[in-house]
Amino acid sequence: MEVELRNITKRFGEVVANDDVNLTIRAGEVLGLLGENGAGKSTLMNVLSGLYTADEGEILINGKPVDFKGPGDSISAGIGMVHQHFMLIPVFTVAENVILGVEPTGKIDYLDLKKARLQVREINQKYGLEVDPDELIENLPVGIQQRVEIIKVLFRSADVIIFDEPTAVLTPQEVTEFFEIVKSLRDTGKAIVFITHKLHEILDISDRISVLRRGQIVGEGDPQTTTQTELAEMMVGRPVSFNVDKEPYAPADVLLDIEDLTVLRENDDVAVDGINLKVHSGEIVGVAGVQGNGQSSLIEALTGLTRVAGGTVKFNGQNITHASTRARHRMGIAHIPEDRQRMGMIADFSIAENMVLDTYYDDRFSKHRVINWPKAYKNSARVAADYDVRMTSVHDAAGNLSGGNQQKMVVARELSRETMFLIAAQPTRGLDVGSIEYIHSRIINARDEGDGVLFVSSELDEIMALSDRVVVMFEGRIVAEFDATTHPLDKNTIGLAMAGAVA
Amino acid sequence: MAKTMNPIDAQARKLDTAKVRQARNTGVILICLSVLVAYVFAFGTSGGDAVFRLSRPNDPWAAPNLVVPAMAFSYIAAAVLAFLGARQFMRGGVKWTGLSMGFGLLLAVAAFLVWATAGKSFSLTGMLQATVVRAVPIALGGLAGVLSERVAVVNIAIEGMLLAGAFTGALVGSLLGGFGGLAAAVAVGGLFGFILAALVVTYRVDQIIAGVVINLFVLGVTSYVSSQVYQEFRFLNNAPVFRPVRIPFLSDLPVIGPVFFQQNIFVYGAFIMVCVATYYLFYTRSGLRARAVGEHPQAADTLGINVYRTRYINVTVAGMVAGFGGAWFTLGSVGRFDEGMTNGLGYIGLAAMIVGRWHPFGALMAALVFGFADSMQQKLALLQTPIPSEFLAMAPYIATIILVAGLVGRARPPAADGQAYIKE
Repeated sequence: MEVELRNITKRFGEVVANDDVNLTIRAGEVLGLLGENGAGKSTLMNVLSGLYTADEGEILINGKPVDFKGPGDSISAGIGMVHQHFMLIPVFTVAENVILGVEPTGKIDYLDLKKARLQVREINQKYGLEVDPDELIENLPVGIQQRVEIIKVLFRSADVIIFDEPTAVLTPQEVTEFFEIVKSLRDTGKAIVFITHKLHEILDISDRISVLRRGQIVGEGDPQTTTQTELAEMMVGRPVSFNVDKEPYAPADVLLDIEDLTVLRENDDVAVDGINLKVHSGEIVGVAGVQGNGQSSLIEALTGLTRVAGGTVKFNGQNITHASTRARHRMGIAHIPEDRQRMGMIADFSIAENMVLDTYYDDRFSKHRVINWPKAYKNSARVAADYDVRMTSVHDAAGNLSGGNQQKMVVARELSRETMFLIAAQPTRGLDVGSIEYIHSRIINARDEGDGVLFVSSELDEIMALSDRVVVMFEGRIVAEFDATTHPLDKNTIGLAMAGAVA
Repeated sequence: MAKTMNPIDAQARKLDTAKVRQARNTGVILICLSVLVAYVFAFGTSGGDAVFRLSRPNDPWAAPNLVVPAMAFSYIAAAVLAFLGARQFMRGGVKWTGLSMGFGLLLAVAAFLVWATAGKSFSLTGMLQATVVRAVPIALGGLAGVLSERVAVVNIAIEGMLLAGAFTGALVGSLLGGFGGLAAAVAVGGLFGFILAALVVTYRVDQIIAGVVINLFVLGVTSYVSSQVYQEFRFLNNAPVFRPVRIPFLSDLPVIGPVFFQQNIFVYGAFIMVCVATYYLFYTRSGLRARAVGEHPQAADTLGINVYRTRYINVTVAGMVAGFGGAWFTLGSVGRFDEGMTNGLGYIGLAAMIVGRWHPFGALMAALVFGFADSMQQKLALLQTPIPSEFLAMAPYIATIILVAGLVGRARPPAADGQAYIKE
């Protein structure tokens, strides 16, 4: 089976997401589709999977043009997509999720779950995937959930399988297992499209590489001969440096002292389980771990957004375990939250309004409870320029900025005042390479000026690039600690610790 | 997370405070009930036996009356309650918390009934029969709630749909007879279901506001017509009433017969609909798809399931069920429409849905509890207990509060409940 995308153009209003894209997908081959966030990779694949209709161009399967009116048409044409955010229903079983939409039925619409289970087991056996058809999705680890997505696609007898950023949620070990599965699928004659922005992965797995930038195919590569640097340049459109420069490690006094910290989730499950950690001024401590191992709760507890169930948190000698968020803020703790859209900013507010969200009450901006807006505007414009926030005016809604500029705005707000400590959660998630570089340099800058930095990331590369020390969280506890200043960090060891495999 | 906590069992147990707290709270409540039963019911009783009549004298297989010595029963009940309560503080009490609570409440209610009946006699079967009858509109309201919330549409409008069904049933029933009225009630319920779906699915009006709008609209229109038009044209508000249908043989069974098999078509209809809805939601392809739409509409969409159409169909059918339930108020009981006669039972239906954990049978069971509270207060008013009747009339609503407060935290609604789905 061969699928050809010919001259595909897709617009959203003014924005051209795909611009005259040509792409061929062949059986028995892994096509790597490389591009930054927002380059139009997902849009292109959503066109192919029938979720979007292209404004121009056509899709040909084995040379014949096809017209997809919805996901159903694409599925029956043999195209299956594994979405970045899994499309699984947590309270359904594996079998129920697999059959949804193409259910085996008996009389009076009776759902034949027995048959479904058998069919799932058959696919399991054929492709060496081990998944219990009767387990609920919510009880399965992410890596297995991804297998369920693959089974779903295979159940619909897809010949083309699209993986959209499949490794974003996996541990390094799960990635290795996943690559084995992808290879075995390819060897059975499936056509695979592998979408990612991670350079080393695309070189590992692809047979052919296409690079997408700003909606256009800007280059093709042969993984045998191309290097990461070449690919990165194609993807970003300019030379990229992978190294971050920083001053020598010179930690001073303990700034943040966490003792036996225990935090519960809303349902009283233990999220953070008796953590001990010290962060000095002038050092960056990276918290590594697969998402959902208590990192978010740790950050929330440190910033005063959730109640602490046990233990103490001291900052600069003061006990702040139960201090209010504003009190912590005034002590000089800056916070770049995990989800900028939801916690970092108010999308409908202007950039200037967002910039004073934390200081509007300050004497600088208000007098007698009335905000001095002209002053706030002027200050916002200056800070925004300092932090390279690209915008037309400070009066624009923050929601209209690109992801990278939104994050820069949040960073600008948090760091443009006198700070002593920075807490950052997933500071570069979903950003383009340029913004990542910039935000990294700002974080390092803060450290070089003597701030303590504690940051959480599920991107191992980011952890390796920034941290002076690394702690790994697994199931609410710190299971491993690495000191980058004494031994070079080893990706594999950290990866194993992230999966909970600690000697 | 919960599954992977074994390596630190000791720690986990120490922190497993929520369950222990709940077990302790249950213990405290049970012991309070025990004290209440001992002091108020046992000491306060006038003594004598409580006589519960189970059959009427001319029943084919008359069961003998149930005679309970009031004082002794109260003491035994108090003792059992105290034991159950104390158990909650011992090791392993956590395990049986729910069951102990349920049994304890049942016992307390029984003790209350015995106390109220002491020295008198009282038809238990009659009360149970009334329980089932009064549970009908609540169960159907709850079922309508289940059907629409399973596709993630919050249906506050059930109250209005019940009222519209009651009104239409009476109006059309007066003109065309019972079955015509019933069909019209179902159709009008379905119409309001469709309107709700249009508002929330297509126009993405906030689901609560859309529901309230429908409720106020129906209340306004029906009140106006009944107070203005019906005063002049009384024949428009004089519908026939569906009489109980005896199911041969089964209706002759003692207790069970009168309670379940000598009822009108609304009762049978409610039971059948609950069974059909359960089959539909959990055993059919369309049911699986409907639930998928309620849990994760985007996932359903990527699999080629039409989210909007599924919501329209389910909410419309929910409206028809509520319309049928509404007809019970007029065609199933008094044959005439009165202003605001649903009296908030639609909302209690929603509570039944929550207590019943979004399951048709659960909603039915919860409705029976509410129905029981309702019929008990009515019968007790006849027994002339020292409790003022106004207070007794609160019983169904108090039962709602207790059950919802006790259970609501643990029940899990469909994940997308209340959210409009915007196709990209």
